[in-house]
Amino acid sequence: MIELQGVHKAFGSNRVLRGVDLSIASGTSMVIIGGSGTGKSVLLKCILGLVQPDSGTIRLDGEDVTKADRDAFLARFGMLFQGGALFDSMRVWENVAFRLLRGPRKRPKAEAREVAIEKLRRVGLGPQVADLFPAELSGGMQKRVGLARAIAAEPEIIFFDEPTTGLDPIMAGVINDLIREIVVEMGVTAMTITHDMSSVRAIADQVAMLHDGLIRWTGPVSEIDATPDPYVQQFIHGRAEGPIAALR
Amino acid sequence: MNPLTLLAAIGRLVLGGLAALGRLTIFAAQVVSHLFRPPFYLREFGHALAQVGWFSLPVVGMTAVFTGGALALQIYSGGQRFSAEAVVPQIVAIGMVRELGPVLVGLMIAARVTSSIAAEIATMKVTEQIDALVTLSTDPMKYLVTPRVLAGALTVPLLVAVGDVIGILGGFLVSTETLGFNRATYVQRTVDFLEAPDVLSSLVKGAVFGAIATLIGCYYGMRSGRGAQGVGSATKGAVAAASILILAANFVLTSVMFGS
Repeated sequence: MIELQGVHKAFGSNRVLRGVDLSIASGTSMVIIGGSGTGKSVLLKCILGLVQPDSGTIRLDGEDVTKADRDAFLARFGMLFQGGALFDSMRVWENVAFRLLRGPRKRPKAEAREVAIEKLRRVGLGPQVADLFPAELSGGMQKRVGLARAIAAEPEIIFFDEPTTGLDPIMAGVINDLIREIVVEMGVTAMTITHDMSSVRAIADQVAMLHDGLIRWTGPVSEIDATPDPYVQQFIHGRAEGPIAALR
Repeated sequence: MNPLTLLAAIGRLVLGGLAALGRLTIFAAQVVSHLFRPPFYLREFGHALAQVGWFSLPVVGMTAVFTGGALALQIYSGGQRFSAEAVVPQIVAIGMVRELGPVLVGLMIAARVTSSIAAEIATMKVTEQIDALVTLSTDPMKYLVTPRVLAGALTVPLLVAVGDVIGILGGFLVSTETLGFNRATYVQRTVDFLEAPDVLSSLVKGAVFGAIATLIGCYYGMRSGRGAQGVGSATKGAVAAASILILAANFVLTSVMFGS
């Protein structure tokens, strides 16, 4: 279980997170929604330790993540970045097998390549893609490779940062379905940040809305349409008028 | 202008400079600490050796040969004023080995390697590849920075040695083909005149300049701002800072090694 209590983070005078409290139960898929610039990515990076929170606690299975063994902690995570964040200088299979080619989980090169090709197949890419470089792939293919890399080392927790941004609706649907399938199949805990409502409906078990540095609403995805919360209603219906300022 | 405002501006500049120096010192100390702690990324180190050393050979060779040739012409022309044309071999040798070889190679490395490292790492930062490394349980300092700095410190002395030889060869060609020097005499005078401390100083300078060039490239890359402008600023700042630091380090090293 991932638990956040009173997490604050400011960049200069810009207070991005103002006391976030959130719990994500093991094996559930939590989707964080919220407008652009509301701190969704910062929240995710705080959990991973890529950004240090100013105050508050983040616990993973009851253990404070700042005091946990860093390598062991990160070994439990996989992450799909917004732009893929594939390593330009490496071939696709080397990107996917990155964790398997070095460090404590190192395997023989041929074995790592086999695992990479299997994971590529899992996300719908053929073995002919394995020897290409990321720059030779389309945006949708890069996302799939990023997804294959995120699941390559069989993590317990996977984070998805804006998984459908920049994709056409069909490819976005394909990625959403893949994420849902993988999350269910692997039984992982998933945390996705997005402002794409089709992703929310396809991926989420639970939804939390982040606004103004605080969790404004949280609940099962089945209840999101019925909630009377005006912030959630404005967001999910994409209205320009409401309590959320259109110009931020 | 109000003198207090001017004083405050100077104070801010000095404090900013000291803070930057402190950050760079901590960064360098982290690199040194990673040199002795596993894991060691040998493949990255091999790649850095090729990028910094092997692929810099053409630019180093071209720079050295033309500089050596021009130096011979200048010494011959200037030496004629007091009938000292005969010292061309000795002055070309000592000028290239002690000073021009290391400094020009250092500056060429700053232009070619520092800029490349800064732009590459800055782009990796902007596109979240550095964050991706962290989430894949890989320390970017250990994986990206340490191999490059070590490669710089080890290969630039070799590049300087090659540059010294090619520079002297440039002087030799100009002197023997256009200034009428005897080939055997030229080589004999060069060999007789150079001493071990001259060569050693050249190699020491190369190691220091190589470390500076790569360290600064990595430092600016890792601290890059967002977007294309951030990458551009990091690259520009890295080349300027590396060039100035190489010239300053050259003065300090020359003072220490030959000041007395």
